[in-house]
Amino acid sequence: MAVRAYEEAGRPWSGSVRRRLSAAFWRRPWLRAVALLLPPLAWMVVFYLAALAVLFVSAFWSVDSFTGKLTHAWTWSNFDTIIHDSTYHQIAFRTIWMAAAVTVTDAIIAFPFAYYMARVATPRLRTVLFVLVLLPLWSSYLARIYAWRLILNDEGVLNWSLDKLGLPHQNWAFTNTAMWIVFSYIWLPFMILPIYASLERIPDSLLEASRDLGGKSWATFRRVILPLALPGIVAGSIFTFSLTLGDYITPSLVGNVDFIGNVIYRNVLGLTNNLPFAAAYATVPLVVMAVYLALAKRTGAFEAL
Amino acid sequence: MSLGLWTGLVVAFLWIPLVLICVYAFNSSNIQSWPIAGFSTKWFSAAWHNEEARSALLLSLKAAGLATAIALVLGTAAAAAVSRFRFFGRDTITFLLVLPIALPGVVTGIALNSFFTSNPVHGLTPSLWTIVIGHATFCIVVVYNNVVARLRRTQTSLTEASMDLGADGWQTFRFVTFPVISTALIAGGLLAFALSFDEVIVTTFTAGAQNTLPIWILGNLRLGQQLPQVNVVVFFVIVMTVIPVTIAQRLTRDTGILRRR
Amino acid sequence: MRKIRRIHVLVATLAAALCVPASGVSSAQTSPGTLTKMGKLEGALNLIAWEGYTYKQWVQPFTKKTGCKVRAKFGGSSDEMVTLMRTGQYDAVSASGDASLRLILGKDVRSIDPKLVPDFKNFIPALKSPSHNTVKGVHYGISLQWGPNTLMYNTKKVKPKPTSWGLLYSSKYKGKITVPDNPIQIADAALYLSKSKPDLGIKDPYELTEAQFKAAVDLLKKQRPLVKKYWASAGDEIDLFKNGGAWIGASWPYQTNTLQADKAPVKDLIPKEGATGWADTWMISSKAKHPNCAVAWIKWVSTPKVQAQQAIYFGETPANTKACRIMDQLSKGSCAQYHANASAKYFNSIKFWKTPVKDCGNGQSNCVDYARWQQAWTDIKS
Repeated sequence: MAVRAYEEAGRPWSGSVRRRLSAAFWRRPWLRAVALLLPPLAWMVVFYLAALAVLFVSAFWSVDSFTGKLTHAWTWSNFDTIIHDSTYHQIAFRTIWMAAAVTVTDAIIAFPFAYYMARVATPRLRTVLFVLVLLPLWSSYLARIYAWRLILNDEGVLNWSLDKLGLPHQNWAFTNTAMWIVFSYIWLPFMILPIYASLERIPDSLLEASRDLGGKSWATFRRVILPLALPGIVAGSIFTFSLTLGDYITPSLVGNVDFIGNVIYRNVLGLTNNLPFAAAYATVPLVVMAVYLALAKRTGAFEAL
Repeated sequence: MSLGLWTGLVVAFLWIPLVLICVYAFNSSNIQSWPIAGFSTKWFSAAWHNEEARSALLLSLKAAGLATAIALVLGTAAAAAVSRFRFFGRDTITFLLVLPIALPGVVTGIALNSFFTSNPVHGLTPSLWTIVIGHATFCIVVVYNNVVARLRRTQTSLTEASMDLGADGWQTFRFVTFPVISTALIAGGLLAFALSFDEVIVTTFTAGAQNTLPIWILGNLRLGQQLPQVNVVVFFVIVMTVIPVTIAQRLTRDTGILRRR
Repeated sequence: MRKIRRIHVLVATLAAALCVPASGVSSAQTSPGTLTKMGKLEGALNLIAWEGYTYKQWVQPFTKKTGCKVRAKFGGSSDEMVTLMRTGQYDAVSASGDASLRLILGKDVRSIDPKLVPDFKNFIPALKSPSHNTVKGVHYGISLQWGPNTLMYNTKKVKPKPTSWGLLYSSKYKGKITVPDNPIQIADAALYLSKSKPDLGIKDPYELTEAQFKAAVDLLKKQRPLVKKYWASAGDEIDLFKNGGAWIGASWPYQTNTLQADKAPVKDLIPKEGATGWADTWMISSKAKHPNCAVAWIKWVSTPKVQAQQAIYFGETPANTKACRIMDQLSKGSCAQYHANASAKYFNSIKFWKTPVKDCGNGQSNCVDYARWQQAWTDIKS
């Protein structure tokens, strides 16, 4: 095949359609760029951006509460309710606060683990650890959350173990503490992987140079490793933050309070059929994440995803 | 070494719930409580004969497969364009592709839901294809990131040399570019498949009356009576995926040009 | 040169994409006519049902007989069911009285000729053409079963035996109480208040004036710190009682039956203030893709045998009078236990779910409507 290609090399105008097409593409780089870019771009615009745009527009509509039919009249009432009703403030702040707490917790848990995996473990151990981190992502998210109920229940594994150790019972089932634990657990692999990737990319030569220049291990850590790992940490935090912000399953399974996701879910598929209100409330996590992403972009986190 | 201890604790933290799931697949009672009521393997045959479970598993596999395929094609195309050309709006492409996965799932879910249910012009009703579209949209970025990272480390001179030697575009892709990015495709594809297979929030909004595996599990959590069957299915999935994940991990292990080991 | 082309591409794609949703208008709905005969069976059936309504004991024989493969989605509250029905993706729903009228008015369900169901003539008179599924003589569904919302308690932890709903509102079992996550709970609070605070003048727990509504909501707000978890699905409550999370709560007989089958120490009863309840109707969607399988299903679940099986399994009362005898065959004493042969007096003592509207039955128009109930519930829970 290569020989035949070589023979046809000198004749770009003749030969099969394929060759002519290739030649045309080769001479016009912009055409290649467009051909490569058009399918994914068209997909994203049609199936995502357009849908988001329509959703945002529908936040200004309203719905007949008895029959559930949309009325396309322009109104600010949905946003009015969100801005003025303190219940929705409470829910939003609670969600954001939990997302931040979970992000910090996961960063603290994941960093030493990722460091060990990237720089201390032997290649074989690294493979084992990798598999141990990835496999939970394949097992059902729902089943894992439900298993936590078994652990945190009043007569569950945790209290049973505390009993054996002679420690007092914990009443964590269906509280915010339970949600914090479960959220941190579920999103941990999403924090470990980007941190690992960014730590793994640090060349040994940099660390050697730092030592040669007189930096002790803490200084090296603070001034060389941490800044280089930061994009990875921020990339991981994008996941933990946004996944917590929009989740409604964990709050309904292990918690007893409403999060932003619960309000949105209830208004689309649950309690009421109020898509406009759900869309209006959905602008809250949207705005929060837009700000977060803009800040994250600055730290170069996008390359570390 | 305290780092080692921390690592061990983290692994334990990650795996205790999974161990519980596997142990409770053998629960003799159909309601979960601690300590375990007794041991029995009756749920294995019950799950095997459960037609709903089988069709849910099949649908999940189908949807994940299709979504991954679409993500592979579109993600590679976007990655190739971004890493080989300079053009206006290059950074925006990355931002755009990250959005579906960076914005909360409910937002993506309700956007797609209202798009599919209130616009009969495109003729799409909630079905397998709407599930696939929803999943593919957030899976593209996973493939994209892996391929971009890999392409960044290879030189364009390889493709130029190939073209100089007379290969056309397709041959170049098949014999030069593809082998180079193949490990990135495997890593990205595997992660994309995992994300799609276990996805529940976006799927709830884009599925019609179909049950993917996570939705079937959710239904059983509501019933409260068939939990051991759920555990059996999850146990089965874990066992089935150990081998592909291990193989893929060994294949994609970076030899690390920049690091000594 | 290159720059212009890129922008062209972007603009073109964007323009093309935005045309799609802009031209999409919700299609005019042509309601299908009344179902008067059953055609060829389609081989599949998508149902929205309460947990326990599609147990394999009667689903498997149905599929064998008709070839219709049944898929069921569970709803934890009428609101969920109404919303799911509006997506048009399901064929039939087991709607309670507080969902059925909303579905009828929203044109989400089809009218059906009761002659299609041979067992209809054996139904108790009160459920042949009740106002929650029959409007102006037109039937929009066929009644199924009915039952009360009960008080379930852990016999080992709750002593003495409870007699009043008041236990759910007192701090005696603080942190061990569970109630449904459903705005219609406001009616249960109103029911309790109708007996404990008679000067409020509550006659119908679904028709509340502003003052009565406020009293009920205040009571529920006081209850909030006492509640361990608001259960959203039957599985939630089963898990709570089995694992010591809750000792007492509002429940359905389905949970009690499941827990007792697993040897958990629970019992249920109807307290002295009476109970709210549900009367369910199978309704066929106006957008049903498998209407014939749906009709076959309704016929099947109206037969005495299936009525008996479902009544015993879930713990409710069948609409078919002929089911009583079979119930006693399957499980001795169950006919009386589930009031299948009860008098009209018992039936009338249950305050069945219905959608609260502004128009109070007494000629006035100042009752609180359901949208306010939903809003208040979100406030109570947060």
